[in-house]
Amino acid sequence: MIDEIQKQLIEEVADLHTMPEGAYNIRANSKMAARNTTANIDIISKEDKSGIDIHIKPGTKNESVHIPVVLSESGIKETVYNDFYIGDDADVTIVAGCGIHNCGNQDSEHDGIHRFFVGKNAKIRYVEKHYGEGDGKGKRILNPVTEVYQEEGSYVDMEMVQIKGVDSTVRVTKAVLKDKATFIVHERLMTHGEQKATSEYSVELNGEESSTDIISRSVAKNDSEQIFDAAIIGNTICNGHAECDAIIMDNAHVVAIPKLDANSVDAALIHEAAIGKIAGDQLIKLMSLGLTREEAEEQIISGFLK
Amino acid sequence: MLEIKNVTFEVDDEKRKIIDDLSLTIDDGKFVVITGPNGGGKSTLAKLIMGVNDITSGKLIFDGEDITDCNITERANKGISFAFQQPVHFKGIKVVDLLRLAAGEKISVAKACEYLSKVGLCAKDYVNREVNASLSGGELKRIEIATVLARGTKFAIFDEPEAGIDLWSFQNLIRVFENIRESINGTILIISHQERILNIADEIVVIENGKVKTKGPKDEILPTLLGTSAVDIGACSKLM
Repeated sequence: MIDEIQKQLIEEVADLHTMPEGAYNIRANSKMAARNTTANIDIISKEDKSGIDIHIKPGTKNESVHIPVVLSESGIKETVYNDFYIGDDADVTIVAGCGIHNCGNQDSEHDGIHRFFVGKNAKIRYVEKHYGEGDGKGKRILNPVTEVYQEEGSYVDMEMVQIKGVDSTVRVTKAVLKDKATFIVHERLMTHGEQKATSEYSVELNGEESSTDIISRSVAKNDSEQIFDAAIIGNTICNGHAECDAIIMDNAHVVAIPKLDANSVDAALIHEAAIGKIAGDQLIKLMSLGLTREEAEEQIISGFLK
Repeated sequence: MLEIKNVTFEVDDEKRKIIDDLSLTIDDGKFVVITGPNGGGKSTLAKLIMGVNDITSGKLIFDGEDITDCNITERANKGISFAFQQPVHFKGIKVVDLLRLAAGEKISVAKACEYLSKVGLCAKDYVNREVNASLSGGELKRIEIATVLARGTKFAIFDEPEAGIDLWSFQNLIRVFENIRESINGTILIISHQERILNIADEIVVIENGKVKTKGPKDEILPTLLGTSAVDIGACSKLM
């Protein structure tokens, strides 16, 4: 079912060398390639449109769900709707991600629309990696939409990674939080060539003592373009922090758009943004340790994106 | 042996000579401290030796080889290392990563800890920390010195190790230098104003207005300097 190219893509996006333990759903070229469910985690195909519903029973602990998507044929354009229903008090890891191998001349595009309904006091860690490869003229396009609805006391930690090979991305992430809920994002992005990547966040802190921390680190090389647009809306006593830290190189273009919207005197909202080239003294220090300029740049960037 | 021959360094725009036709020879295995008033050109000379700035005229000969046109990397690989006056921060690079880059190989965590212990840091608390602004000035200085120890080169330059750290950190740091000959098997060149560092030198060189004002064995030079602006006997000594 799964060929060598697809296997390699799965390794890149989900760090999987063999079939994962626990629940999984592998989608290859718009078809289900493999699926496994467990006593606590059920995966059901949607009947009205493309996608799956993932149901995690209340109280499920230390289990994981892998749902990698791979596209190895040129010219595929798909929109997939995945809904996650996470029961109260569950504590699980969800690994998504999409790898595109495009050797053809037609564009390949995967738009994943993910919705998370996170139950009371549930805790999830979500990892989403994007990867593209192939030397065809066709573009590799990924436009993920992530919506997160958090009940009281829930905790969501999202890691979004896109290091190379994706020509165009518009990432839209929306979260709505109730009392004492926490929403954390670590985004790491590197663009090169003429790639474009846009990241839009909108986090509504509706519940008392809810909090969010959105941290983006990115490197823009060559003629690439990045836009980071983070809005935090504080409607009650809450804490919100967004941080965009970007290294700009060559002829790249980076835009950081902060938006803080407070509707309560008790909303504490902070935005930090910094865009700059690699500091000259960092290069000098590493060169004084015997590294070439290129090796020094590589070390600085890989540390920054770690 | 490092030979600095008739080296001049001018600031581009004003043609002002920061280093003015300076010649100096530093013999192998010596512990040499360069001192002198602020703005006299000491740190500039150190940076010219490392290749951080290009000299305007003159020559640098290292172990008989002309390194005047070598870049920083080439000089580093020929055996020169440098502890910067203001250590650099790196987001995402851990102390152990930096020591590994310095050593030029993937040294073990235990080995990295050894270098940290030599500079007086409790290794297990630091080895996995990022080299960022969460570390204090004194901690960064010690890590900077540890990178030079990890390189183990035959010529090590320390640019004002006492600058920018508090009195109490300095007390501990001075001990590192008192024992440094056990850790560095080669030539040590320190830029410093501190009497206690001058006191452990083999030779002292006084640089003023971009020129060597005087030089010689420590016992000869140090007594002539005490009480001048070149030397800061400082609150540290008085506290002892």
